[in-house]
Amino acid sequence: MAVMTYRQALHDTLRDEMLRDERVFLLGEEIGVFEGSYKITAGLLEQFGPRRVRDTPIAEEGFTGAAIGAAMLGLRPVVEIMTINFSLLALDQIVNHAAKIYGMFGGQVSVPLVIRTPGGGGQQLGATHSQNVELYYAFVPGLKVVAPSTPADARSLLQAAIRDDDPVLFLENLALYNTKGEVPDDLAPGEIGRARITRSGHDLTLIGYSRTAHVAAQVAEQLASSEGLNIEVVDLRSLRPLDRTTLIESVRRTHAAVVLEDDWLTYGIGAEVAATISDGAFDDLDAPVRRVAMAEVPLPYAKGLETAALPSVDDVITAVYQTLDAVGRRHLKVGHD
Amino acid sequence: MSAKPTAPSPRTARPRTAKSGSADNDRLVGFYRRMLLIRRFEERTARAYTQAHIGGYCHLNLGEEAAIVGLLSSLEPTDYLFTNYREHGYAIDRGIDPNRVMAELYGRSDGVSKGWGGSMHMFDTAHRLLGGYGIVGGQVPVATGAALAIEYRGGREIVMCTMGDGTTNIGAFHESLNLAALGHLPIVYVVINNRLGMGTTVEMSSAEPELFRRGSAYRMAAARVDGLDPEAVAAAAAIAAASARDGEPYLLEVVSERLRGHSVVDPAKYRSEAEVAELRAHDPVPALAERLMREGALTPEQLEQIDREVLAIVEEAAAFADASPSPDVATLFDYTYASPVANAEGRLPGDPLFPAAPRPEDGDR
Repeated sequence: MAVMTYRQALHDTLRDEMLRDERVFLLGEEIGVFEGSYKITAGLLEQFGPRRVRDTPIAEEGFTGAAIGAAMLGLRPVVEIMTINFSLLALDQIVNHAAKIYGMFGGQVSVPLVIRTPGGGGQQLGATHSQNVELYYAFVPGLKVVAPSTPADARSLLQAAIRDDDPVLFLENLALYNTKGEVPDDLAPGEIGRARITRSGHDLTLIGYSRTAHVAAQVAEQLASSEGLNIEVVDLRSLRPLDRTTLIESVRRTHAAVVLEDDWLTYGIGAEVAATISDGAFDDLDAPVRRVAMAEVPLPYAKGLETAALPSVDDVITAVYQTLDAVGRRHLKVGHD
Repeated sequence: MSAKPTAPSPRTARPRTAKSGSADNDRLVGFYRRMLLIRRFEERTARAYTQAHIGGYCHLNLGEEAAIVGLLSSLEPTDYLFTNYREHGYAIDRGIDPNRVMAELYGRSDGVSKGWGGSMHMFDTAHRLLGGYGIVGGQVPVATGAALAIEYRGGREIVMCTMGDGTTNIGAFHESLNLAALGHLPIVYVVINNRLGMGTTVEMSSAEPELFRRGSAYRMAAARVDGLDPEAVAAAAAIAAASARDGEPYLLEVVSERLRGHSVVDPAKYRSEAEVAELRAHDPVPALAERLMREGALTPEQLEQIDREVLAIVEEAAAFADASPSPDVATLFDYTYASPVANAEGRLPGDPLFPAAPRPEDGDR
């Protein structure tokens, strides 16, 4: 067991998978000589050489497509796209090609491709560099989308993604790279398509993924100590497939849910989660499912505006209170007016 | 035909090969037989489309036959071919059973892509035809990556990636050529310049209408060849393939014709009668037949015999396709993922996400 950062877990897993399997190689912008914009690939060029750590031109469509073609011939490329914003330049290759090639050609060839890319906002990077558009990929059958929130999940799900025969979009987050957690030495590859209940409770289900899974855990702890509330936390971990069953089982116990997301509310990941809960636990709900998401604006640069637009811990607590008020349970528990 | 003031005419640039006897004649007869098979197959396809046996979009290789046989003559069986959505001829000339190509057009389970692809998405791993791509330019980065995989493994195979003239204006084309040149990848990019992207001429769409010159931006060897002459195409493609096999990518522009509209439903009203008449006059299939007769390689009777044999193949393909079963709806969810995954979605449009809650007992009311 070692305590390490999310960044270190990613780095070590890439290194270990490259040592394990000669077919695994990396490509992307600035991953070699520059050691990665966020230093995930630091030292790997030196260790593995330019054949297996390939710096590319600024050409997301070209090199993502090339990774697809290499995967079709049996290699296991791991693409780094500097941020998920730039993945839009490769949208045709990801959606029209990576996701389609297995099915469209009748299952003749698979595309064992991993695209690693961080989302994130709140770093004053302005509208084009602060988006969370994982929804675009989670929408598409043929893709798998995972969004680990802890160093241990980062390792186990990256192992799983690299060993999977399908294209996997592996969502990282700028705010998570320096977070720390325990990573067991003998960690087995994770299972794509499974959520995890990271905190058990019975008052309400709080649902998040990637960075918002941390926010959910923080809110649950805070309200446990301040209000004596017992909130259950679900970390989605996988956005496609979505583990609807775990969501429903949780809400059937808690009878209320709040969904956190770093994307925009309308048509967002939270909308799918809310619809799932409506379909599967309608009779168990004591209040409407609430969503806490980014304000629906192009994210501004000015710090005050940016902070106002991003979901905060206080925003989540307000939504939790309002939901519990709607249930009537908070009155009973803490005598709230 | 549209004016091409800046481009040298490929008609006059056509190189003549020496007539040195029966080996050359045999090769040319072989080309003719392959070209005629593509011609008759596509004519049969057009008929099947009008009979509603074929759905969706359907783009034909009529006029492209000489280019196809010349290009594919340069490939080894282990080489890889990527094409666009106008690819029926490439599929059958690569050696894929015409029955299975026609069955794919019919959307049947014996089709090369099991009925999942249709006209635009022919694919066959055994013959290393790796698609059939419907998005203009989509195949170009993918093909480049296949070449990267060959280079990664130190293989001797090459990749040929064909595309239309309109593709040369797409960013993915330029990104790919740059990647291939930087990486010394074993790939031949082939631009089939039939002068029209749907109804838009090359001169209207391309500031450098001599499309092979775009290779110079990447210091990539490039050439232009008359796509109506199968021998000329074969010779040019052999040079291109040899370059790729030596680790230097190559851009080959093949000046071709599209005898009909963009797709089977396009009446091509943007072409004048005079233009259509000139197209017919340059049709590569009858031109080669005439040459073979003129040079004594084939008698009229032998030509008729070839036509009968080819028609029989095509008719058999249509009959085979018609008899092939439609894919079973039970297989609908078989090809979403290659690796099984927890919580994969597998429900039909009317199915609920979760079983309905039990109805209240009558007594509860």
